Amino acid sequence: MKNIFIAFVVLTIALLAYSTYQGLFVAPTEQTMGEVQRIFYYHVPSAWTAGVCFFVNFLASLFYLWKRNLASDALAAASAEVGVMFCTVVLITGPIWARPVWGIWWTWDARLTTTLVLWLIYVSYLVLRRFAAGGQTQVLAAALAIFGFVDVPIVYMSIRWFRTQHPSPVLGGGENSGLDPAMRHAFFWNLLSFTCVGIVLMVIRYRLQKAEEQVESAHAAVALQGGSR
Amino acid sequence: MTTLAMTRATLLKDLRMEWRSKDAINSMLFFALLVVVIFSFAFNPTAEESRRIAGGLVWVAFLFAAVVALNQTWARELRNQVLDAYRVSPAPPNALFLAKAIGNFLFVVVLEALMTPLFVVFYDLRSIGPVWQLVVVALLGTWALVVNGTFFAALSIRTRSREIMLPLILFPISIPALLAMVDATTSILTGEASPDFWIKMLAVYDVVFTAVCLLLFESVLNAE
Repeated sequence: MKNIFIAFVVLTIALLAYSTYQGLFVAPTEQTMGEVQRIFYYHVPSAWTAGVCFFVNFLASLFYLWKRNLASDALAAASAEVGVMFCTVVLITGPIWARPVWGIWWTWDARLTTTLVLWLIYVSYLVLRRFAAGGQTQVLAAALAIFGFVDVPIVYMSIRWFRTQHPSPVLGGGENSGLDPAMRHAFFWNLLSFTCVGIVLMVIRYRLQKAEEQVESAHAAVALQGGSR
Repeated sequence: MTTLAMTRATLLKDLRMEWRSKDAINSMLFFALLVVVIFSFAFNPTAEESRRIAGGLVWVAFLFAAVVALNQTWARELRNQVLDAYRVSPAPPNALFLAKAIGNFLFVVVLEALMTPLFVVFYDLRSIGPVWQLVVVALLGTWALVVNGTFFAALSIRTRSREIMLPLILFPISIPALLAMVDATTSILTGEASPDFWIKMLAVYDVVFTAVCLLLFESVLNAE
């Protein structure tokens, strides 16, 4: 199992090197946006990976509430953290791209706002995990994760309506439709490599969480026996 | 006892305690009053401007005030291990949750009814759209805040630094509801747009999250 994981890490690093090369050097320069458009190869795959992480978090939380096994809770914790990390990358690369292309850093557009709210929800999830006391953490966190996931489509719908009512300054940006084949090639390699990076990070974080739980239960066992640490 | 009878008994007990102590409603009222006064200094709006910003001001004031009451929801039950007693009793957990949520709903509605005249006086408000729509928005919006707030108060009571925890987890989830309340209120006050979409949105939000709360409350109550 360990060997497989190491092989997977090596593969991921190779993939990442290849896709970075593809995105930065091989893919053609976009006509109107110029070189800055290359951030697309990081921005969109990060958003995708964050989405995958949050979905894993939702499934793991549901599964935890159903079966109450600590492994799925550890997976939920790991996926939420990695998801917030990728979501942060999205929120940082987005404005960097938007400033030269749209002329503004930020607009309260449906997708931008939904991403921001998503980020807020999962940060609050991590805060709750940090502050919850002892053995209750898992149930409380799982409950909040389900609330968060249910909220996302409602947020998207409401912001979309909010923004279609008022004229928004700029719309558009890179969209998959009509992507040049050379760009598509670089894009999908990046998508794959980012997903693999996400999986690697989740696995590492998952193991860390499991180790933490083992340490904690060992301490608890010692305390129960009346011994000192 | 059935769920209904149990809900009624718990609700009546909470209302009686609140009637005698007036803890929640007094602290909420004073808090909301302070927010109204501070906002009034900060923005100093004309009648025309205040119609545009009032939706935001009113709901931010009510949201902050509601958090004050929500934080006290479960504190009383923690003393003398009432919550533990409840867990070992055969009473349905959702009855407890519903009673608490309805209790908070009533407190916040009373607060809103008392505060609205103050807003009208301080901000020189006069609605251009029909007032009954404002009442609908207020009822749906208050339930949206209170149902999730009651649930999250049950989460935050089990954490360290509980009072701070509630707004941290409640506000992100409530963003769509707040947006709907603020925008509906503004479009009714200015009479410029129809609030129909937002009212439907609030109704959907209420139904969805009431269902989620009722599904998950038992797990949270019994969390060890």
